[in-house]
Amino acid sequence: MPGKTLYDKLWEAHLVEEREDGSALIYIDRHLIHEVTSPQAFEGLRLAGRTPWRLDANLAVPDHNVPTGSAERAGGVAGIIDSTSRLQVQTLDDNCEQFGIEEIPINDRRQGIVHVVGPEMGATLPGMTVVCGDSHTSTHGALGALAHGIGTSEVEHVLATQCLVQQKMKNLRMRVDGRLALGVTAKDLALAIIGEIGTAGGTGFAIEFAGEAVEALSMEGRMTLCNMSIEAGARMGMIAVDDVTIDYVRGRPMAPKGDQWELAVAAWGDLHSDADAVFDHEVCIDAASVAPQVTWGTSPEMVAAVTDLIPDPAAMSNTGQREAAVRALSYMGLSGGAPITSIPADRVFIGSCTNSRIEDLREAAAIVRGRKKADSVKQAMVVPGSGEVKAQAEAEGLDRIFLDAGLEWREPGCSMCLAMNADKLGKGEHCASTSNRNFEGRQGFGGRTHLVSPGMAAAAAIAGHFVDVRDFQGEPS
Amino acid sequence: MKALRVHEGLVAPMDRANVDTDLIIPKQFLKSIKRSGFGPNLFDELRYLDEGQPGQDCSNRPLNPDFPLNFPRYQGASVLLARENFGCGSSREHAPWALEDYGFRCVIAPSFADIFYNNCFKNGVLPVALPAAQVDELFEALYANEGYRITVDLEQQEVLLADGRRWSFPVDDYRRQCLLEGLDDIGVTLKSGAAIRAYEDKLRGRSPWLFSSEAGA
Repeated sequence: MPGKTLYDKLWEAHLVEEREDGSALIYIDRHLIHEVTSPQAFEGLRLAGRTPWRLDANLAVPDHNVPTGSAERAGGVAGIIDSTSRLQVQTLDDNCEQFGIEEIPINDRRQGIVHVVGPEMGATLPGMTVVCGDSHTSTHGALGALAHGIGTSEVEHVLATQCLVQQKMKNLRMRVDGRLALGVTAKDLALAIIGEIGTAGGTGFAIEFAGEAVEALSMEGRMTLCNMSIEAGARMGMIAVDDVTIDYVRGRPMAPKGDQWELAVAAWGDLHSDADAVFDHEVCIDAASVAPQVTWGTSPEMVAAVTDLIPDPAAMSNTGQREAAVRALSYMGLSGGAPITSIPADRVFIGSCTNSRIEDLREAAAIVRGRKKADSVKQAMVVPGSGEVKAQAEAEGLDRIFLDAGLEWREPGCSMCLAMNADKLGKGEHCASTSNRNFEGRQGFGGRTHLVSPGMAAAAAIAGHFVDVRDFQGEPS
Repeated sequence: MKALRVHEGLVAPMDRANVDTDLIIPKQFLKSIKRSGFGPNLFDELRYLDEGQPGQDCSNRPLNPDFPLNFPRYQGASVLLARENFGCGSSREHAPWALEDYGFRCVIAPSFADIFYNNCFKNGVLPVALPAAQVDELFEALYANEGYRITVDLEQQEVLLADGRRWSFPVDDYRRQCLLEGLDDIGVTLKSGAAIRAYEDKLRGRSPWLFSSEAGA
């Protein structure tokens, strides 16, 4: 019998019941909850007279709607100016109180983006099944967990039963050989992979990221990579547990302690694919060939190296691709054949569950240190992923570096990644954004998003247009 | 959930690939704490010329005359014909809620994003995946024939064309059964309550740190 993949092992360990119709009941160890996709689920429980199956598996935190300006934020829930946002955050508070679910409230120091908070708190652990009503739940797979986004009906299902009815996915190994070059990050790797396989390339698969370049990533980098799995069409991405994982989890507030820690670490030793495991599909990427990436269109697969030209639709042989490119370039206000570096950056957003962790902020700070934001850039905001990240960054003096360079230093939340709060793009504005989606209107009605790494976003803030971050290494002249 | 066995209806086109859930229902409408009322904001940024706001009366907003769903010939459509990777991006269930609230009971496309596909079944909307060549043929027929209608039979897992041809489509048994009968699938899972308890007992023995009372001090 062939060996098992990491996904096979996680699946089998959580199998409650296999049914004759081919579906399976899978147990959920951790359910993360936020304010946008949960109100209707709690309402469903109330209407059916049901109660949560297991309270201690749930952890809630408001993140999508929270204001990131310090003045508005200081007022807590009551201080949220937008009444619909305020009601949604208040509803989460009320539901958690009514059902007895632990919540990290808006102005708690631990508050932040749910996918930053989970791993940081040790609420996400290796070997767990983790779900949340948010597609970027794939982030948690970086810890060797089976983690994926769900809809609101399934939020209700997990609350009521601690299980989900699932069909097993196929296995895809994404092997990244060699090392990423200096100035090239996990974000660039994720975008390059999506450029390679497309936004539907991972549909139907659980992706395992492997290979030398993946092993060399920090936990923060691994989370960035797994976060973007969904942008490649895969609900879940994961990485085997190694010393980097164990070192990251050790000492986290909700991580096991004492004897329990020793037991857990021993069990986690098996969280990797067997050497003879068989994958349904394998894709190999040469890390050394990846340059800093910039998206030019309205889908994450519309991406190019910063050194490239914007593609010319006329040169595309596939009709569907050509039509999509024409439509995207029209929306983006760009012309095929122009250099990527000719695209202006009207605003800069450094944040989101993809790139708001301490390492991301260090990467951006290293670029802007001793430099000044270009006058043509209307706004450059840095939004830490959590209160813990914010405190750590301030302890390292990163806030001063950003402020001295003319960037804004904000309170934690999802912010301009999806612009559910007041942070958004104006019509026609180009944004250098460290977030995950460049869809039409994503960051504001008519807004034009270009996905980049934190270093690339920081460099664009200084230059006023997209520029190769590798030209910014070293001290400013 | 509304059951669906056989659905016959007018077809409307959404003729572009990679339609994401942000496009299906933009984020400002996700601030609602209700499950209904999203229909007027389906494809909001394509359908109207202005920027939509939650809670607004959409009846006086300027319509985009170039967007097919605004064409007289597609009024009353209940089957949406789409291209590959329909529903990619965010897991927001507001996307199928908006489709359903607008009046769509079925979406036909060459492929769907995984989370969206699953969310549809929870809300009485049937996603039908057909080979790309068949979808191409449907688009041609749709554009050539005003009032083009189609029948989708979930029980037989077939799309019935006006000329009598039948094309089969895949659906896994569990989802099919839930939609055919309009089942409350939480109720179905709770019938396995004893198995879930038994699993938890084993889990507590094997991985006690997963239970907060036993995570160690």
